[in-house]
Amino acid sequence: MIDSAREQGLETEAVIGLEVHVELSTHSKMFCGCRNQFGAPPNSQVCPVCLGLPGALPVINGRAVEYLCKTGFALGCTVSPYSKFDRKNYFYPDMPKNYQISQYDMPLTTGGSVTLVSGRKVRLNRIHLEEDTGKNTHAGAAISRSEYTLIDYNRAGVPLMEIVSEPDIGSPQEAEQYLSELKGILSHIGVSDVKMHEGSLRCDANVSIRPVGTQRLGVKAEVKNMNSFRSVVRALSFEIERMRECTRVGQPIVQETRGWDESRGVTHSMRSKEQAHDYRYFPDPDLVPLSIDAALLERWRLELPELPDSKRARFAAEYGLSAYDAGVLTQEAGDAAFFEAVAKASGDAKQAANWLMGDVRKCLQLHGLTLSSSPMKPAHLAALIAMVKSGAIGGKAAKEVCDELVMHGRDPQDVVGERGLAQTSDASAVAVIVDAVVARNPESVTAYRGGKLKALDFLIGQAMRESRGKANVDVVRSRLQELLD
Amino acid sequence: MISGHEIRDAVARRERSAVEVAQQALQAIDRLEPRLRAYISLLPERALSQARSVDARSRAGQDAGLLAGVPVAIKDLFCTKGDRTTCGSKILQDFRPPYSATVVERLEAAGAVVVGKTNMDEFAMGSSCENSAFFPTRNPWDEGRVPGGSSGGSASTVGAGCVPLAMGTDTGGSIREPASFCNVVGVKPTYGRVSRYGMIAFASSLDQAGPLSRDVRDAADALEVIAGFDPMDSTSVDVPVPRYADHLLEDLTGVRVGLVDDFDETIAADSGMTSLYQTAYRNIEALGATLVHVRLPHAKYGLATYYLIAPAECSSNLARYDGTRYGLRVDGGDDVYSMFERTRAEGFGPEVKRRIVLGTYALCSGYYDAYYVRAQKVRTLMKADFDLAFASCDVIACPAVSCPPFELGAKSQDPVAMYLMDYFTIPMSLAGIPAMSVPAGYVNGLPVGLQLVSPAFEEARMLGVAHAYEKATGHARRRAPQLSAR
Amino acid sequence: MADVPIDIHYVAKLARLSLTDEESARISAQLSRLFDFIGELQGLDVSGVHPTAQVIPLANVYRDDVVKPSLSNDEALANAPQRDGPYFKAPRILEGEF
Ligand SMILES: [Mg+2]
Ligand SMILES: [Zn+2]
Repeated sequence: MIDSAREQGLETEAVIGLEVHVELSTHSKMFCGCRNQFGAPPNSQVCPVCLGLPGALPVINGRAVEYLCKTGFALGCTVSPYSKFDRKNYFYPDMPKNYQISQYDMPLTTGGSVTLVSGRKVRLNRIHLEEDTGKNTHAGAAISRSEYTLIDYNRAGVPLMEIVSEPDIGSPQEAEQYLSELKGILSHIGVSDVKMHEGSLRCDANVSIRPVGTQRLGVKAEVKNMNSFRSVVRALSFEIERMRECTRVGQPIVQETRGWDESRGVTHSMRSKEQAHDYRYFPDPDLVPLSIDAALLERWRLELPELPDSKRARFAAEYGLSAYDAGVLTQEAGDAAFFEAVAKASGDAKQAANWLMGDVRKCLQLHGLTLSSSPMKPAHLAALIAMVKSGAIGGKAAKEVCDELVMHGRDPQDVVGERGLAQTSDASAVAVIVDAVVARNPESVTAYRGGKLKALDFLIGQAMRESRGKANVDVVRSRLQELLD
Repeated sequence: MISGHEIRDAVARRERSAVEVAQQALQAIDRLEPRLRAYISLLPERALSQARSVDARSRAGQDAGLLAGVPVAIKDLFCTKGDRTTCGSKILQDFRPPYSATVVERLEAAGAVVVGKTNMDEFAMGSSCENSAFFPTRNPWDEGRVPGGSSGGSASTVGAGCVPLAMGTDTGGSIREPASFCNVVGVKPTYGRVSRYGMIAFASSLDQAGPLSRDVRDAADALEVIAGFDPMDSTSVDVPVPRYADHLLEDLTGVRVGLVDDFDETIAADSGMTSLYQTAYRNIEALGATLVHVRLPHAKYGLATYYLIAPAECSSNLARYDGTRYGLRVDGGDDVYSMFERTRAEGFGPEVKRRIVLGTYALCSGYYDAYYVRAQKVRTLMKADFDLAFASCDVIACPAVSCPPFELGAKSQDPVAMYLMDYFTIPMSLAGIPAMSVPAGYVNGLPVGLQLVSPAFEEARMLGVAHAYEKATGHARRRAPQLSAR
Repeated sequence: MADVPIDIHYVAKLARLSLTDEESARISAQLSRLFDFIGELQGLDVSGVHPTAQVIPLANVYRDDVVKPSLSNDEALANAPQRDGPYFKAPRILEGEF
């Protein structure tokens, strides 16, 4: 089929399906009571169960099941009336039992979809629950050149939700949109902290290409090891181009697993179809099936918070935000809640949005912070907005105060008082300064009166400098105009 | 050695001290150990410190527990915190678990005194105790013969009278068969009755812990102690545990005992076996029971079903022994997988390897439906057979074994002959229902057990019948002649 | 005697078990006897029968999402054949292996 595409010189399109692994933010692990927390000292959050010690047995964490079902509801999936856990058998040194407890032929949910900003619907195949593996550190640079492996099992047994999409994604950019939409939804329902850099959201992709207008799927490659949204886009772009090149030069595309090498920016073959694992799935005899009560499912469904798309619509309607602003502000549940608090407290949603997407965001990015990791309180940002609006401080001072809020969570009143940033709007005090400036710059006065309107800006600047930035610029301007016009 | 309940009563009344009882048990073990080799590890310190605390409790007038001061031997597949737990395997020869099995915790909480860890077939795979990676255990009735397996060390030490009580596990007959061979009582409870937490897995959907003892009453008390829901085991069932000792019968009037028509008679190698069991059934009838005939049409598929399900589960359960986190490690080679392969090649014995190969195969894609899933369907049919049978009887009586204890080495070259040893015990394991062996007499001077079977969670019924039978026949009271002679 | 349909080398590889030629030959021979009676099942009609994975009629057994104490690092590593500081240590992993 690809060959005929080449012969006919047809355009090809990419067909992408994603498998997203999301670590759930439960307190304890999937099958034991060890704490589920990123960043603890190596092998300090392990017990007989998650170390796979002889004789230890798993017991299902009910909250993980709840989180998965809630995710299912948020994505319009069908929760299966009967589900079970299976063992996926293969040897790997970060897997304590040399099998992973997962779900094979009866996942907790099936169906559902994610709607992209473009309006395209990406259908979901299934979502299932499984346990995470430990983490290997390879001594030395490349895996194959290292002499040994160090293993930390803290992550082993962390609850993992695998969201499998249908091959409905048409480009690397759409893949990124899909991931970002998914991330927003998961963050809203609070089932995961979705931090890709901490590995709480990981993604594998199935990629193939086919002639535009055809339906049959081409031979696919599975791409692994993509650790950020950016690497997803890069890896998929590379892989699609590699496949197109294959068809151009008449080389067959083979079914295989390919790893993404972030530093070299290439994918490389890890194993072929012939070497594929035989996972020997069978029902885990240590666990009993799931058949979740309809009333409980209904309760979980009702507990779902407002989801990004309805929140977006509401922000646009209620606060008069543009579609773009509403979209940005609803990406993360915490950000959206922060915005709403500032908008309510300041009574000015437009300004709240401007600040959050402008100076606050810049400052956060500069210092590698996020809204949730910054100590800033919504009430303080609202107070800052009010101070600017009332003319109590000027724009430049406001930026300075904003930095203090973002970095140290301080009260803007205190910062302004401490640093003497308050603006002078008192007309008589301003008049003294302006009068002096006019007296000292007769040539500018003449120029202005001669029609050079720019000379006014110069005089305003002089007056502002004289006041060390504290004069209210509007008051300065009106006094000057009063004197000169 | 007197029985466990006599020890408990004496300790509770402070007529004897638990320390003195423990010392006597340890001495008896020391004396016979060179001949029987029933233990992989002895735990005198653990035993004496526990015995002292039992004595302290009874001196303080506190309830010292249902098994106060009773010496108990533990099959070496139950984890004992800090104490070596090998599962009869070289791959775990130095493993010291950081936790104890629920069964061990419950026994010690009830005042039992753990004296040692008993020998077993490696990973509980075997019927003779010859598959131990360390040494074979001997039968107290004839030291040239096997004690049965896999709980062979437990059966041997109780049969020899060293301790009144031991813990075993039964996957396809591993409590009932050695109990039969060593003239002791052995109980396999309902699947889910006793927690499997801390019990090293062989086949998870079949494994179940249970007591081996000198008499039915001790088995009843021990089962009461270890049974019941455990939040650490999802497959343990929350069904109330009765006071089993209150259900022990003296006569069997009104009890319907089912005899099975569908077992293959030719399995029994010795004609003495047939007449022994006929006598046993007549004894039961003489106690007032009504004998009825029941059908188990799928029982004959038991072995085939079992030898797909158990190895499949075992192949997965034993994957964790790879030399990384605990146990034996054999280095050399270039990478982690050659370490895995060398470790497992050296750490596992031939029987374990055979079952891993068979089980891995049965789960492979392309064969899974034909073998594993089909076996699970037959399991459904077998369970239905028993449900139907129990509609017309209260308890089923049948052979526990097809032969009396055999000589060491007699079957070790022929695994299939060894597998046939479990012919009568496997169907109950597959159905998950309780079954036990109670001493039923002697063929050529060697002990043989009668198997009694009840519906799920009705252990009280079979214990009740076994008690009446035991009292009437007195087989359990007979001591191993060789040992008492010397 | 039934044919052994097992590719013993493939299965041993999956099970990470290196077998000597002698072991492979012996296990093959023994398994072929075993398949004589395993084969009996193939003749049985099981159509419409549900597979029994667990004999107990239980479902939905959960634990509460409560944190319980873990082992200390030393307890966790106490049985490790090789350790390096707080880590378990294993030989290197060659990529492309399975
Ligand atoms: Mg997965
Ligand atoms: Zn744990």
